[in-house]
Amino acid sequence: MSVLVYTESEKGKFKKSALEVASYASALARQMGTEAVALAVNAENTAVLGQHGIAKVLQLTDARLESFNPRALATALQQAAESNRAKVIVVSSSADARFMAPLLAGKLKAGYAPNVVALPDSTEPLVVKRTVFSNKGFAHTQVDGSLAIIGLSNNAYGLEESTGAATASPFAPQLPDSDFRAKVTATDKATDKISIADADIVVSGGRGLKGPENWGMIEELAQVLGAATACSKPVSDMGWRPHSEHVGQTGRPVASNLYIAIGISGAIQHLAGVNASKVKLVINNDPEAPFFKAADYGVVGDAFQVVPELIEKLKQFKAENA
Amino acid sequence: MKILVCISNVPDTTSKINFTADHTAFDTTGVQFVINPNDEYGLTRAMWLKEKQGAALHVATVGGASVEPTMRKALAIGADEAIRIDAEPADGLFVARQLAEVVKNGGYDLVIAGRESIDYNGGMVPGMMAALLDMNFVNNCIGLEVDGNKAVCMREIDGGKETLETTLPLVIGGQKGLVEESDLRIPNMRGIMMARQKKLNVVPPVDANPGTQDQRFDKPAPKGAVKLVAPDQLDQLINLLHKEAKVI
Ligand SMILES: Cc1cc2nc3c(=O)[nH]c(=O)nc-3n(C[C@H](O)[C@H](O)[C@H](O)COP(=O)(O)OP(=O)(O)OC[C@H]3O[C@@H](n4cnc5c(N)ncnc54)[C@H](O)[C@@H]3O)c2cc1C
Ligand SMILES: Nc1ncnc2c1ncn2[C@@H]1O[C@H](COP(=O)(O)O)[C@@H](O)[C@H]1O
Repeated sequence: MSVLVYTESEKGKFKKSALEVASYASALARQMGTEAVALAVNAENTAVLGQHGIAKVLQLTDARLESFNPRALATALQQAAESNRAKVIVVSSSADARFMAPLLAGKLKAGYAPNVVALPDSTEPLVVKRTVFSNKGFAHTQVDGSLAIIGLSNNAYGLEESTGAATASPFAPQLPDSDFRAKVTATDKATDKISIADADIVVSGGRGLKGPENWGMIEELAQVLGAATACSKPVSDMGWRPHSEHVGQTGRPVASNLYIAIGISGAIQHLAGVNASKVKLVINNDPEAPFFKAADYGVVGDAFQVVPELIEKLKQFKAENA
Repeated sequence: MKILVCISNVPDTTSKINFTADHTAFDTTGVQFVINPNDEYGLTRAMWLKEKQGAALHVATVGGASVEPTMRKALAIGADEAIRIDAEPADGLFVARQLAEVVKNGGYDLVIAGRESIDYNGGMVPGMMAALLDMNFVNNCIGLEVDGNKAVCMREIDGGKETLETTLPLVIGGQKGLVEESDLRIPNMRGIMMARQKKLNVVPPVDANPGTQDQRFDKPAPKGAVKLVAPDQLDQLINLLHKEAKVI
């Protein structure tokens, strides 16, 4: 028996979310009295997984998997699950994992619980807590069958260190040609920027910023904090910012540690997509802006004065705390 | 080309979310239901394919009779026919099996679903359907061009986008970007009148077990009051973020 976890990497290096799902899977394995096995694809330094509780790493090396292929990955996970008699498969909430997991669940005809935010309420039967209704509620969901798939929400569990060491062994699943029917022909990814999904801090601007020419201070604030930049829907609909920055119910979901909303009113559809963030700071000149009700910290003031001053003070703070 | 757009019937985005007193179900009292926003983008994209490339366009929903107004709306927007699989949507796997049956029997080349339903946020029905039918699949699809049996899709990835070439038959999980907000079709009077004449077929479900069961629902704990910091006290704000919230 085992808990199998898919640990994602990029250019050979494990993503932060991989270490989080590894931490979660090993805690779950302890809860179930078994061990956690990780599948790593084209990754180096698998020892780091041992530091997050993984007992065994299946190392899959295949040049065809350099660009993400959900179908081949689902096949690999299926075979890994069989050979390790997995009872649960844990995946992250990255765009790639959300692409792959339903294919895997369909293939295995297994129950899949996404947006899980905690270790199971119970393991026999398996009952997990997950967010539903765009963070406006929680469901406690029983996953039936001999194999369950859990999708862990980003940042919901955090990292756990352990002193363990992982043994790594090569893993060579049979990947049929039919898994390679789709071909990635172009990737357009800003390599110098932190993505919203991976960011600890997200700095987001709304219509209150008046126009695209005013985004310099948003970019600068993000840079000082090592944050990703985001925006409200109308800002992307008007073309002030790219669609990839649109967050909310119909945009990208945000579950960062700190979400800073500047000149955003806090419409219900915006909140639905960002409420999973742990701490929210709102800067808005209207004390009645609905966002203040959902915020932890607030500054009622003009963004054009507050943000530049905040940048200066943060620079000082960073210099003193470096 | 035959296109099936899968429509889920969800609470309007402004709905207050409450659960029944025994915490076992979503309380629909006073809730207005709409076409899932992600499916609206897909339906408009499908309308363009129909108009420019001559496709037959059907919509399907798994649900009880109460979803029919939402289906009529899809017909009014321009779908040719609607299919209702007469069953309560138990979970994603159950729904995917029902829809897969419709796709198989109807011989559809392109199945457009949404990246997720905004109610239970499963994000799983399209991928499961693709696996059950062994069809190609692209999730988080923000661009779709079809030429013969070739499809070029744009997919949103973390931090950017990716272009994929694949072939029909294809299932996509679509979202904004398939069409822009300003392109969204809304039903007009003529569409509403015509929709009354269109077929809304009701079919029985096939036998299928769900993979999950929601046992209990809760609401998040009420939030404490916001801590306001004066605009001339930003040092204090930084201190709070550092010492109290520990996020910087
Ligand atoms: C089906 C549907 C889905 C939607 N999905 C999303 C979604 O995913 N994401 C999303 O964001 N929206 C979404 N919306 C839109 C949403 O309803 C709001 O219209 C939108 O979030 C408002 O954006 P905003 O806060 O930037 O603009 P506004 O509501 O115009 O707010 C601007 C704010 O800026 C403040 N302000 C003005 N000047 C200043 C200043 N100098 N300094 C500081 N503050 C200032 C104002 O007080 C105001 O609060 C959706 C709507 C629908 C119907
Ligand atoms: N009951 C349903 N009937 C028809 N289509 C559905 C249903 N539930 C989900 N879908 C489709 O699957 C997509 C993703 O839904 P979900 O997996 O439930 O988040 C939706 O956007 C719809 O296109």
